Amino acid sequence: MSANVNTSLPLEYQTEQSRMNILGFWIFLGAEIVLFATLFSVYGVLYKNYAGGPTHQDIFMMKEVMIQTVLLLTSSFTMGVAIWEMRRNNKKGLIGWFILTLLLGAGFLFMEINEFIHYVHEGATMQTSAFLSSLFVLLGTHGAHVTFGIFWATMVIIQIAKRGLTPVTARKTFIIGLYWHFLDVVWIFIFTFVYLKGMVL
Amino acid sequence: MEKSTERFPLAHVFGFVMSLVLTFVAAWVALEMNLSFTIVMWIIGTLAVIQAGLQLFMFMHMTEGEDGKVNIINIAFMVFCAIVIVVGSIWVLTSGHAAH
Repeated sequence: MSANVNTSLPLEYQTEQSRMNILGFWIFLGAEIVLFATLFSVYGVLYKNYAGGPTHQDIFMMKEVMIQTVLLLTSSFTMGVAIWEMRRNNKKGLIGWFILTLLLGAGFLFMEINEFIHYVHEGATMQTSAFLSSLFVLLGTHGAHVTFGIFWATMVIIQIAKRGLTPVTARKTFIIGLYWHFLDVVWIFIFTFVYLKGMVL
Repeated sequence: MEKSTERFPLAHVFGFVMSLVLTFVAAWVALEMNLSFTIVMWIIGTLAVIQAGLQLFMFMHMTEGEDGKVNIINIAFMVFCAIVIVVGSIWVLTSGHAAH
């Protein structure tokens, strides 16, 4: 680990190991793009197969969707600021913005779970139609990623608090930052090609 | 990629404001304007791609570091795969036997 240390770079890039980890995570994100592409394609094929059940306009609540979108967009921004604070070597700032990010993420998740409960009360379950099966799988996979991200980030925050900013904790923080921004990118496409598209059908 | 020395995360605030603007413009075009389905989809699809690019370059710093070029090639290839999967699936499965 001590080999190839370049202290002119930001903390998370200083060791060879960290640079390899970050590159490896980008390759993982490439695979995640393809994973979500398969779910989008299933939805794109089946989105009109209502099987007599509710349609998009029957169940979508655009006001709530807009709030979810703003929550997630803001959390992506606060995550960016957290990384920016990390590069100023400001541990307190990093942790503060990081926790704010997770609170926004939790708010998003809370609203999404409420949305699912609302759908089920409307008689729109996963078993109702092919449209709803593909919708729940796409939204649920994204929501599961957010949930996992919150647990993961919590552990990273604990580690920063305990060990301070080191090349290792900085690299871990940077990587979860990439993951978090990626989830926002996926949400942009869900917002556009699921919700907005559903409303203009 | 540099250690930040500026006092204010200007690029991040700019990216955030831009993404909010793009989101609300897309919502307005889709929900408030009476355009045809095809035109709406082209407009909001373009806005989504711009916004995704904003995240990748402004927040994720995709091009920075010694592996910046590798990152770009990797993501570009995966985006190509994603387009093939999505467009190809929809094309085959809606114009094949389902249409006849």
